[in-house]
Amino acid sequence: MLHSILAFVQAWWVELLCALLIVLVVPLIAVYIALVERKFMADVQARPDPMRVGPHGLLQQIPDALKLLFKEDLIPANADQFIFWFAPVLSMTAALTSMGAVAFGPWFQVARDINIGLLFVVGVSALRPLGIILGGWASNNHYSIIGALRSTAQLISYETTAGFALVSGFLLAGTLNVRAIVEIQRTDQAWFVFLAPVGFFIYLIASIVETNREPFDLPETKSELVAGSIAEYGGFRWLLYFLAEYANRIVVASVGTTLFLGGWLRPFPNVRWLIWLDAAPTLLLAAVGAYCVFRAGKQPAREQSLFMWAVALACFVVAAIFALAAPFGHLPFELMHNGLYGAFWLLFKVSAYIYISMWLRFTLPRFRFDQFTRLGWHILIPLAVINVVGVSIALALSSEFGINRWVATFITTVAAIGAAMLLLHWNDKYSDAASAALLADSSVVEGTHAG
Amino acid sequence: MLDSVIFYFFAGMAIVSAVLMITRRNAIHSAIFLITTLLATAGIFLQLRAEFLFISQIILFVGGIMVLFIFVIILVRLDVPLPQVRWRTQKWIALLVALAVGMEAGVVLWFARKIPGQGLIFPNPAPADKLHPNTEELARSLFGSYLLPFEIASVLLLVAMVGAVVMAKKRTDA
Repeated sequence: MLHSILAFVQAWWVELLCALLIVLVVPLIAVYIALVERKFMADVQARPDPMRVGPHGLLQQIPDALKLLFKEDLIPANADQFIFWFAPVLSMTAALTSMGAVAFGPWFQVARDINIGLLFVVGVSALRPLGIILGGWASNNHYSIIGALRSTAQLISYETTAGFALVSGFLLAGTLNVRAIVEIQRTDQAWFVFLAPVGFFIYLIASIVETNREPFDLPETKSELVAGSIAEYGGFRWLLYFLAEYANRIVVASVGTTLFLGGWLRPFPNVRWLIWLDAAPTLLLAAVGAYCVFRAGKQPAREQSLFMWAVALACFVVAAIFALAAPFGHLPFELMHNGLYGAFWLLFKVSAYIYISMWLRFTLPRFRFDQFTRLGWHILIPLAVINVVGVSIALALSSEFGINRWVATFITTVAAIGAAMLLLHWNDKYSDAASAALLADSSVVEGTHAG
Repeated sequence: MLDSVIFYFFAGMAIVSAVLMITRRNAIHSAIFLITTLLATAGIFLQLRAEFLFISQIILFVGGIMVLFIFVIILVRLDVPLPQVRWRTQKWIALLVALAVGMEAGVVLWFARKIPGQGLIFPNPAPADKLHPNTEELARSLFGSYLLPFEIASVLLLVAMVGAVVMAKKRTDA
């Protein structure tokens, strides 16, 4: 028995290590994405951000998490005990499992070279809303049930949209395997965002919907439904939902990055004179470290400036590792070099993706539910289908007549712009009538606009 | 060894949760156990190296159809176990049908063993590292050898969908 366990560990230790690292590090990253979000939100809304705990409030999230851990664990008396317990666990499990097939760099991936690749990520993260729906139902609370219903409707409408957007990328790649998708973008000398721009933008919208962020956070609208499907959750259970949500943002962003933004490739990997971009990780980290040193002297307390020095030191150490790895892009050290630099570029793009979704959150007002479903069914799904057809036509042209694959950009963009204008025109007429009907029905107005 | 352990784990899970799905009173609990059954079946697909079937089972049945089921259960409040009273009279018929089906299965298994060279054949499985890529093979047979049946099935589904939309529309207008 012990022998077979040892043999198992020996055969799979890389995968086990990656999985362990994901389980340990992703919650920490999620918590710090939340801190960035708080700071960025404060900046956009011109108010002070958390500044007291640690220098610049860098440690704020740790006492927050501790508070949630030590909070009293409440289960409403009329809730369905088992499902109430089970739903957040399901959400968290789905979010972490779907990370298994995400490649963070060419070598950091748990399920390596599986045939279904990105489809695994998409499929398993489709389980996460189930946790929200069941949690909302188990709470036995009207607001929660409305939140759960909204979440279901949202999932059904936008899963299709996201699926079609991904299909256009899969068609261009001709495979589902993560590594092959990225390699094809290297040999094509173009990220798929340039070949299928419409597909990328549709995926961007659908991914924000799937992670329940504003302007599409309808299942938990604070002003209408208290906190919607998770209104009854507090303490550790709420923390699980929170972590699942942020983990899912990372998953969604890395799927988008892998398929449309070139994965772990450096920008312009084939252009000779841009090779200096390889120094970007070192320079960026060194600059962050230098800024920390600069700010360390201005901290109000001695401990805070010490902490700042420690952060600066960490930045310099990582920068030094990158600088030391830089000249070894040759065979014996190739793995280390590619792994480090690939991971940097992938995380950089994923961060940019998440940053853009935050940006949208702070800039756009929330959609009304009927507007939101109409956007999905009347505009985005037709556009996504047109995009898939356009990409297929372009691929057929390039394989039959040898026309350059860049014709895909032209076909999809022109067709999508034309179709969008038509659809918006029809939709305006339809939505005016629908809004009038909604306003005329006083029961609906009282029911949904109570908050 | 590991393969059979995985198989019996998933098969046992599928059977147990299928039984639980039938016996639960609460419709949502039944739905959850149906989800577990479907996930366990997906696990068996994965154990057979049918990755694409595994993930389409999860996306279609668990992510799509079951979510719709739960949507309807929450919306119509089927969790009140009222309609079950009516069905209780059919218990004996159900028992009879179940016995008949079980006997049929038994007869098939029994005679299959008797006839040489026929019935249940267990061919040696191909080694796991020499299988063709699952997704590509499936696409080739669906869009190559079986294109016409595939298209006919798609049209059939489309017709059903359009019919459902038309019926739903009529009711709201009336």
